[in-house]
Amino acid sequence: MYNDNDRAKLFTRRALLLGGGQVALVGTLVARMYYLQVVEAAKYRLQSDSNRISTQLLAPPRGLIFDRNGTALAVNRHNYRVLLIPEQAPSIDYALDQLSHVILLTDADRERVHRDARRHRPFVPITVRDNLSWEDVARIEVNSLDLPGVTIDVGQSRYYPLGKLGGHILGYVAAPTAADLRAEPNDPLLELPGFRIGVAGVEKVYDLALRGKGGKKEVEVNALGRVVRELDRQDGIPGINLNLTLDMRLQEYAAQRLAGQSAAAVVMDIHSGDVIVMASTPSFDPNDFNRGLTNAEWKNLTDDPLAPLIDKAIAGQFAPGSTFKLNTALAGLESGAITPQTKFFCPGYMQLGNMVFHCWKRGGHGLIDMPSAIQQSCDVYFYHTAQRTGIDRIHDMGMRLGLDHPTGIDLPNEMPGLVPTRAWKRRTLHQPWHPGETLIAGIGQGYILVTPLQLAVMVSRIANGGFAVKPHLARDLIKGATVSPRPPPDWPSCNIADDHLAAVRKGMYEVVNKPGGTAYYERILDPSMAMCGKTGTAQVRRITRRERELGLTSDADFPWKYRDNALFVAYAPADAPRFAAVVVVQHGGEGASASAPVVRDLLIEVQKRAQALAEGERRTQTWTG
Amino acid sequence: MAFRSRYSSALNPNEMTWRDKVWQINWGLITLITAVAAIGFLTLYSAAQGSIHPWALKQMIRFGVGLGVLLVVALIDIRFWLRQAYPIYGIALLLLVAVLIRGTIGLGAQRWISLGFIQLQPSEVMKVGLVLALARYFHGATIQEIGKPLFLVPPLIMVGLPVALVLKQPDLGTAMMLVMAAGAIFFMAGVRLWKFAVVIVLGLACLPVAWHFLHGYQRERLVVFLNPGADPLGAGYHILQSKIALGSGGLFGKGYMMGTQSRLDFLPEKQTDFIFTMFGEEWGMIGGLVLLTLYVLLVTYGFAIALRCRSHFGRLMALGVTTTFFLYFFINVAMVMGLVPVVGVPLPLVSYGGTAMLTVLFGFGLIMNAYVHRDVVIGRRGANEE
Repeated sequence: MYNDNDRAKLFTRRALLLGGGQVALVGTLVARMYYLQVVEAAKYRLQSDSNRISTQLLAPPRGLIFDRNGTALAVNRHNYRVLLIPEQAPSIDYALDQLSHVILLTDADRERVHRDARRHRPFVPITVRDNLSWEDVARIEVNSLDLPGVTIDVGQSRYYPLGKLGGHILGYVAAPTAADLRAEPNDPLLELPGFRIGVAGVEKVYDLALRGKGGKKEVEVNALGRVVRELDRQDGIPGINLNLTLDMRLQEYAAQRLAGQSAAAVVMDIHSGDVIVMASTPSFDPNDFNRGLTNAEWKNLTDDPLAPLIDKAIAGQFAPGSTFKLNTALAGLESGAITPQTKFFCPGYMQLGNMVFHCWKRGGHGLIDMPSAIQQSCDVYFYHTAQRTGIDRIHDMGMRLGLDHPTGIDLPNEMPGLVPTRAWKRRTLHQPWHPGETLIAGIGQGYILVTPLQLAVMVSRIANGGFAVKPHLARDLIKGATVSPRPPPDWPSCNIADDHLAAVRKGMYEVVNKPGGTAYYERILDPSMAMCGKTGTAQVRRITRRERELGLTSDADFPWKYRDNALFVAYAPADAPRFAAVVVVQHGGEGASASAPVVRDLLIEVQKRAQALAEGERRTQTWTG
Repeated sequence: MAFRSRYSSALNPNEMTWRDKVWQINWGLITLITAVAAIGFLTLYSAAQGSIHPWALKQMIRFGVGLGVLLVVALIDIRFWLRQAYPIYGIALLLLVAVLIRGTIGLGAQRWISLGFIQLQPSEVMKVGLVLALARYFHGATIQEIGKPLFLVPPLIMVGLPVALVLKQPDLGTAMMLVMAAGAIFFMAGVRLWKFAVVIVLGLACLPVAWHFLHGYQRERLVVFLNPGADPLGAGYHILQSKIALGSGGLFGKGYMMGTQSRLDFLPEKQTDFIFTMFGEEWGMIGGLVLLTLYVLLVTYGFAIALRCRSHFGRLMALGVTTTFFLYFFINVAMVMGLVPVVGVPLPLVSYGGTAMLTVLFGFGLIMNAYVHRDVVIGRRGANEE
């Protein structure tokens, strides 16, 4: 027998050593466990949460737009899409085959689905088709048992129920551009696929308010990014609904009356500045922009000589023609160059140096005072007035009446118009001012440009007693995303003497209501609605002496684009003015015949509505009182 | 004699009947083993989101089979294992060669061999085979013999061959376990400490060369181990997610079946190598300590049994297996906590997997065997002591 005792003792000693070593190792495990699970626990809990919780933005519904009567102008329509979740279908082809029995699928659709499916994980839904009709949706839902992996998803798209009618004013929405994203780096909504922002019209001006605040939902995702369940949801704040001052029934009426012409019409409340009608024809359908225009459609819109994309009410700049005489008259009166009683003799022309300035009436108007000069639109009278007043003071009055600068209406791309000064000409054309230019400026020709809206503001300020009213489209005051009721109008004064305004208004009354007035035939017979106005027929080209000698002075003798612009500005009712209206028909011929009837009818309509409304209110008060 | 009264047959312990042996079975050890395995079943049930499929049920069946194997191994005469130690080692070696020639590639390494009815991992068999062979070798050695360097050459070759084969698969974790378990047996057999020092120094000197022979993924794992944040979505992903899971479990855990990291698949291999992480996420540090305590108790049992053995073979075998078991859970737990590089070592008795379960239970069969035959005295060459 060999000696096992020594070995056993050695074994025991070493077993204790080995065991001790193992205890030490287990000790490190425990220490490490303590470090991870107690000391660093908070850090890892955070990391674990950020692993599993994914925050997704929820797009708020965009605010709706209504007119003053509550007619919906811009709404959100459900955009139904059919989605395919590849992992839930036996195969993509099988699912598409089944689906093609139910809805129309093109080869391009199939190709795109296959391409998208290859790019994404199999649980990511692939859009097969969007903008489904309700019939398509119904057919898919009915057949859903035979369509494994196929689901319907609903998004939102903007829809303008009235189509072309509001095109220029409403504008449209589009996906944010890279520049938009740079401009607003703090709004994560813009990054959301499918999110749209306003890019024209009031959609653009009030975009922040209409946009609303995004919501978010927290979902638990697994390591592959698949959503397992929803943890938390904060719905966003929907965009603020926008109420416009427009009356779409009148707007429609104006658009119909001007259809086929390149024209603009504005009706506004002379006290509040509410814009009730603002039409520009021809128009475009903003829905086409949401849908996406084809190249051909875009070319058609941009090549059209009637310029449907331009809102002529605020961006069309026209020579005001004789409508500007109201400004010249007030400039003359206020500067003391003339009084309402000042008379000038009109022989049919005026000579200045070696230049001859003609009156529209060949034989002349004879000796004529200011209101009558307005009534009959005597050019010579205003040549004299302008000459005495001087261009700078004419410009000054223009500024006070709202010309030569944007009216500040809540629309983008408004043009400023132009009423020149001597300084302006020196500055921009580097030429001295000619006295003759003052004369033609006095009758609204030459350099002078106005927008139809500016004319409406000018008439409003004359009619409301000289208060610097400004036009607006939104019923409420909206700054950024906050809305407050518009305070009652408190316009600053234009500082024009009342009797001067009264004299001009008298002239405007006679234009329409006194025989011999240029718009006598368009007068409103109901005295409670009587309209006061001023015609304007602005040459877009100079009639040459040779043409005059040939007798080619009639507008109809020239091709369309050389014909005169027809203008008519008016307010009503005559005794207690409330509404101003302007119609400009480009190359429409004479203001009295092309524009005045439309203005007359618009003023009749708007007054009728106002009367009906007042009548209704009166009755309601009687009943309740 | 005092010990005679413990045996019903009133014979000496060298000639126990089967009945005698059954009475000797240590039910405390069996209970501990079953408790750890039960934690495994619970965790696998949770890993399958509250289902016994696909893991828990299969694991239970395997555990049942393994328990049977344990008992059979325990009851076979210890001298049989002594005599068959070299043949078993030889078979394991042959299997290792076979797996290199025609093994199945699993997870990028050749580890599996199909025996028709069962998928076998020869490296696991070798863990037992090597312990048996070394125990057999040192069983007959006197302290004087062990003092001679030449005497240590054969057992070194016994270790070197399988380690080389396992490294070739490549399976760094198992190779390390083989080396360390063998080291423990050398140590317990009485090999001088300075010889270990020499080997360790030599080994460190060879590290740069070894680095050269490492596979790309192995190097990556080492780099990631040294700097886990370097590539959080790539190679560092496993260990980072594992630490997040454990850490977020905190002291008390997220609750059974509520571990988000594992349930949402952030945790890789949650039913196998990273099951401790999943357990720790759901049960917290408290749960982890309970499981570690159970393991420490099992190891303590192993030590106690080894120390109680009268045969040197039994002592070495029991301690070799115990140390292998210790290495299993230590390496696994240290790995999931980011203390050692990721090397595919399962958590014994808990991780889903058939071969590891059978190996471990076979190992505990040997420990139990040593306990049952604790009073058997064996001669130098395996004969009864006359």
